[in-house]
Amino acid sequence: MPIWIEEDAKVLVQGITGKQGMFHADKMVEYGTNIVGGCTPGKGGQTVELQGKTFPVWHSMAEAIETTDADATVIYVPPPFAAEAIMEAADAFDSIKGEGVIVCITEGIPTLDMVKAVSYVENRPGVRLIGPNCPGIITPGSTGGAKIGIMPGHIHAKGRIGIVSKSGTLTYEAVAQTMSIDEGQSTCIGIGGDPVNGTGFIDCLAAFQADPQTEAIIMIGEIGGNAEQEAAAWAAENVTKPIVGFVAGATAPPGKRMGHAGAIISGGKGTAEEKFAAFRAAGIACAMDPSELGKVLLESLKAVGLR
Amino acid sequence: MNIHEYQGKTLLRENNVAVLEGVHCTSVEQALAAYDSLGSKVVAVKSQIHAGGRGKGTLYNPETREHVMDGGVKIAFSREEVENYATNILGNLLVTIQTGEEGKVVSNLYIEAGCDIAHEYYLALLVDRDNKSVLIMASTEGGMNIEDVAHNTPELIHKVVVDSNAGLLGFQKRDLGMALGLQGAALKSFGKMLSSMYTMFLREDCAMVEINPLVRTGNEEIVALDSKISFDENAEFRHKNWDDLRDLSEEEDVEIRAKETGLSYVKLDGNIGCLVNGAGLAMATMDVIKLYGGEPANFLDVGGGANEEQVKTAFSMILEDPNVKGILVNIFGGIMRCDIIARGVIAATEALSLEVPLVVRLAGTNVEEGKKILSGSTLNIHAADDLAEGAQKIVALIGGEE
Repeated sequence: MPIWIEEDAKVLVQGITGKQGMFHADKMVEYGTNIVGGCTPGKGGQTVELQGKTFPVWHSMAEAIETTDADATVIYVPPPFAAEAIMEAADAFDSIKGEGVIVCITEGIPTLDMVKAVSYVENRPGVRLIGPNCPGIITPGSTGGAKIGIMPGHIHAKGRIGIVSKSGTLTYEAVAQTMSIDEGQSTCIGIGGDPVNGTGFIDCLAAFQADPQTEAIIMIGEIGGNAEQEAAAWAAENVTKPIVGFVAGATAPPGKRMGHAGAIISGGKGTAEEKFAAFRAAGIACAMDPSELGKVLLESLKAVGLR
Repeated sequence: MNIHEYQGKTLLRENNVAVLEGVHCTSVEQALAAYDSLGSKVVAVKSQIHAGGRGKGTLYNPETREHVMDGGVKIAFSREEVENYATNILGNLLVTIQTGEEGKVVSNLYIEAGCDIAHEYYLALLVDRDNKSVLIMASTEGGMNIEDVAHNTPELIHKVVVDSNAGLLGFQKRDLGMALGLQGAALKSFGKMLSSMYTMFLREDCAMVEINPLVRTGNEEIVALDSKISFDENAEFRHKNWDDLRDLSEEEDVEIRAKETGLSYVKLDGNIGCLVNGAGLAMATMDVIKLYGGEPANFLDVGGGANEEQVKTAFSMILEDPNVKGILVNIFGGIMRCDIIARGVIAATEALSLEVPLVVRLAGTNVEEGKKILSGSTLNIHAADDLAEGAQKIVALIGGEE
């Protein structure tokens, strides 16, 4: 059993009638994700065609969840409206089902909007937010699976490695590395690199530790903040499964923002060096080069008799 | 996005935070007129650049590099001193601990009335990642480098986390003020200032507001003597006025153009240009180049859905840097298809008649087609299967370690 998202999870798409939403909804259906429809305020009652099938569109998330009993939603709404979309989904999941997973792909949401949205979600304990500014979450299945996001589905296979990462393309790199040593993935989560986001490293590590399908974990961090250090300290006390780690940004100069808002070394804090040191202190096997994640993972699996 | 002190002061004034009277000037004549109009015998003559450490900085002649004056912020006690300081500052190069050796030419001045200072404090508002809330930090150690205070005497830094639903509460303002030793009129003035500052932080979508020093005057009033304000760029769509506040001379020209094209570029000091999709992978690519003995010339993230034109722009930006001796392209195609990237790479290398060695590593969506397109070209493109191989190849091609 994977974490949070089952292979056959019922998924809604917020912003399904937009260019991005429709493009990725189509890719998700192609992968085998159980898309049950979408939501675009003002376009309720319309339908969209994805991979030759017809999907309904609702005005509101409340309506959509009432009708479909969806387990999760994925948001491709533009930045000015994305925080509102998160809160609408959180309210609907909370009041109708008491639970639900919200995956927000949107990049460039104002930080103060996220402060509000994250607080709103945290006041609804059954609701989980993944992202924003992330590739999403994927649980590969024996056939198909649940791909909720923008990752290339075809590089994945069902297996026993759990992957959590702040960065999108580095997650794909990690997936490719597991495949290079003939290992598949239980669930892969991109938590996003924004300064204020939903699900963090520790939530993911706790879920992987509790998940019987997951037997080892890859954790990929980047410069900025101290989420990696806290996760490493938590893992030292609470995670018994092998963890392999990498941190991007060892060569990034302080004070320069590297692509997204979270990736900045400020006040000499949040360096890759600090994070690698925290990983090592917690017994996490580190790769200094993402092309070596597979090799380090294989050694870690062998060390505990899993290979 | 950062703004100048004088712009920050205007913003603070508009939001009911007490600041001193001051005038923004761009010439010595304006500085003298400002001195006359302020009617204050003592004024501060302040260089306006985005970098910190202005007071302890040094001014040099930009052509000859001759030393002109110590200190980019001066207290003038007469009209003659204002003239002297303004002359020494305007048009000259200010080097501070934050500008690096190249320094920054000062073209803006702020002439500010003096005031009677009883004590200097430190105040900052920022979004705290750990609490996912706005954090207010204050200290009695104003005027000092706050990182040193945090390191040496952390007990002197007081913090308040604002609950975004409840807002900044009365007891939080009192607690913070009392922790600074304020009482009576000063405590009241501090509370009022804090409310205004918090409201401004939200309304203006600030990323950080730092006031160092914040002062208590002889009349027990709390006044912002400095201002360092930065905005959250993600919120630009709802602040049309930011365009007027942006000082493009403070930003790298190529970084501005990159942003306009939807690319993210940061110039570095090495000689291997990088073109990558995704910020994390772009950083990792730089790291691996370094790991194998090379030095990255830049960070460049072409994003998730770059087209042929953007790839071409990215190449031309990399090649503008005269230090670049080789280029490593590293693409893990997700949304982005490797065949499109491959075509973009070929089009760009042909159009720009590329002369430096080029190593391309492709993985992910449509990788086989992408590789076929590259190997079918007559151009001198070296293929790599993974990042390590790509980095090793480009380092070897430009002649190994420097």
